[in-house]
Amino acid sequence: MVCDQFIVRKISKIAKMKDIIYKQEFNIQGGDFINGGEASCKISTILKEIGIDPEVILRVAVASYEAEMNVVMYAQQGTIIFILTPVKLVLQIEDIGPGIEDINRAMVPGFSTATDEMREMGFGAGMGLPNIKENSDVLNIDSETGKGTKLEIIINLP
Amino acid sequence: MSKKIISLEQIKTSLNLEVLQGNQLDKKKVNKGYVGDVLSNVIAQAKPGDIWITCQGHPNIVAVAVLKKLSAIIIVGKRNPEPATVQKAKTENIPLFKTELPAFEVVGKIYQQGVFGI
Ligand SMILES: Nc1ncnc2c1ncn2[C@@H]1O[C@H](COP(=O)(O)OP(=O)(O)OP(=O)(O)O)[C@@H](O)[C@H]1O
Ligand SMILES: [Mg+2]
Repeated sequence: MVCDQFIVRKISKIAKMKDIIYKQEFNIQGGDFINGGEASCKISTILKEIGIDPEVILRVAVASYEAEMNVVMYAQQGTIIFILTPVKLVLQIEDIGPGIEDINRAMVPGFSTATDEMREMGFGAGMGLPNIKENSDVLNIDSETGKGTKLEIIINLP
Repeated sequence: MSKKIISLEQIKTSLNLEVLQGNQLDKKKVNKGYVGDVLSNVIAQAKPGDIWITCQGHPNIVAVAVLKKLSAIIIVGKRNPEPATVQKAKTENIPLFKTELPAFEVVGKIYQQGVFGI
């Protein structure tokens, strides 16, 4: 799959640039609203244990949660790869799912295709992707309709 | 009205909240609050230490509270929280309360005690 190669290439690029201090992969199950958010909680805990600046941890938490919940809401399944280098934090969220038809439109605050059931639960404000953008230094989105979506979020360390 | 730091115990008592999960409430302090049912707003805008008032009762609210280091969640209105929510709050050690009072009343009563939103 093209996506896999892309991820491998990106990771090795990062690895060459700066040493990886920490790297971990988490699975996300589509539709699992009970456990949705747990990968993000684990990442937060790891960052706290490493001693990362609390303000940075909060930014990572927002970005990671929104990306994770989008996989839960829209995709069948996905993974979060979390990489820490001395200078930055990288989150790569990849899913198998419907993909995003129009990324620019999806980025507009308020745009949402969430179901009534999801809205009832407090999702579907169309603020997830804007929140990720707001809290990250770099946001790359790559998506193929009918296949899946890939997000790369970079947050620089102070 | 002056800004105050009060304990979860004080909030619980004054509002007659039902404790779904939580202990040593007298030792846990609150100085600010946030109210909201739209999770993207809460995750972006609530601040660490805030007491969170919401009508959402599903387990995902616990993840939001953990990630934003919120001091407690009060579930308001007639909606009954799911058992999985209480279970998750226990696991994550997030104090969880319930009341049938509507959000406006809950916020008003807490505000009156000197806990503000900003
Ligand atoms: N991983 C994904 N797979 C498929 N579509 C997605 C994915 N992520 C986002 N989208 C699409 O982009 C839209 C906007 O996403 P965004 O996260 O900003 O808002 P939302 O999920 O609808 O609501 P909120 O995040 O505020 O609960 C979604 O409604 C959905 O149509
Ligand atoms: Mg979203």
